[in-house]
Amino acid sequence: MATRLEDAASGMRRDAFVPFFVPVRRRVRESADVATLEFDALEAGPAWSGFGPGQFNMVYAFGVGEIPVSISGDPSDPTRILHTIRAVGPVSRALATARRGEPVGLRGPFGSRWPVERAAGHDLLIVAGGIGLAPLRPVLYHALRDRGAYGRVALLYGARTPQDLLFRRELDVWRRTPGLQVRVAVDRAGPDWEGDVGFVTGQFPKVRFDPLEAVAMICGPELMIRAAAQSLQELGVDADRIHVSMERNMQCAIGHCGHCQFGPKFVCKDGPVFPYSTVAPMMAIREL
Amino acid sequence: MKTIEDLLRSHPFTEGLEEAILQLIAGCATNVVFEAGSYLFRAGGPADRFYLLRHGTVALELFVPGQGAQTFLTVKSGEMLGMTWLVPPYRWAYDARAVELCRAIAFDATCLRGKCESDPHVGYELMKRFVPVLVQRLQAAQLQRADLYGPAAQG
Repeated sequence: MATRLEDAASGMRRDAFVPFFVPVRRRVRESADVATLEFDALEAGPAWSGFGPGQFNMVYAFGVGEIPVSISGDPSDPTRILHTIRAVGPVSRALATARRGEPVGLRGPFGSRWPVERAAGHDLLIVAGGIGLAPLRPVLYHALRDRGAYGRVALLYGARTPQDLLFRRELDVWRRTPGLQVRVAVDRAGPDWEGDVGFVTGQFPKVRFDPLEAVAMICGPELMIRAAAQSLQELGVDADRIHVSMERNMQCAIGHCGHCQFGPKFVCKDGPVFPYSTVAPMMAIREL
Repeated sequence: MKTIEDLLRSHPFTEGLEEAILQLIAGCATNVVFEAGSYLFRAGGPADRFYLLRHGTVALELFVPGQGAQTFLTVKSGEMLGMTWLVPPYRWAYDARAVELCRAIAFDATCLRGKCESDPHVGYELMKRFVPVLVQRLQAAQLQRADLYGPAAQG
């Protein structure tokens, strides 16, 4: 099994287990427990040759450990690598609080991509829950840059509270962007919130799309993915046109260690993005 | 000027409802307006109405001591509002606040229950419209209650 990554620009191959190190250029606090780290891609030199929407890096905090983190930036921007990290454990906490100039190890990019090319010519539904907006943001950047390639485009985003919403400034911009439908719903809110409250699936009837033609991309907690996929299927979207990003315990990122095995698949290598039709039967098995 | 029957005919809740039933329940209905910030009803009050929202947004709230009003669902134009008029002792379980100017069709609960009792076909047709909304909101509430976007134990 291959343990080397192909560098698209140079054609050189490098060891997939060896991280390259880049200093944190900027840290943006998104919410109480989420931060986005920005790295200068040019500092990585030939070790970085870009990524596709949906791919992830293994991100290493010195002396603490390594975790998989999706890349949340613009795939067409060769100068920046962005990771949006939620502080939930020792490694993510160390990363989410990393200071400017602090070196961080990166390995990647790994994994499958959102099928943005296959979605061209169709209505596009981007359905995100919680931190799941981070792996989908590159899709939105791509779709907005190549807006003419798609039919109707909608972002449906669910979060815990208004305070937990990610990328708030961009959300405001996206809301005002012609040709983009944005629907946000939070699980609960105080009286000062004027937006919608409810589960994100309640937003489907409020956006315009053709269920028989639309392509959906869903990322969030597994229960949310299942509920959203189920609702879309009830509206007439075929399971083959629903794509989901799975989360499992990924460690080697190249299908060697087996930690992320999901039935016959390895989430790190075969995923994290899968057609819903291929993973739906396995999602119903509790032991997986 | 539109009649209450016209307003009912254009609401998604009554889509496909037999004209005779629509005419019958229209006798229990009135057209109502709520200013932004006013309450359609309050928790504990008598559930003597239910509403079909025609315009605006209503926030359903629970008052949590120490936290104040917490919105758990927003209901928009085209949707229905109020379930407990169907279930004794007919008391509202939460507050309903107009987030913006709201226009709605309000049904007198006693009148409507009487028509459902006297003609089970009317009751069944209405239940076929209530139950899917009830199930949908229950399922959504279960997912919200599960706090799916809360802290995950990893990383």
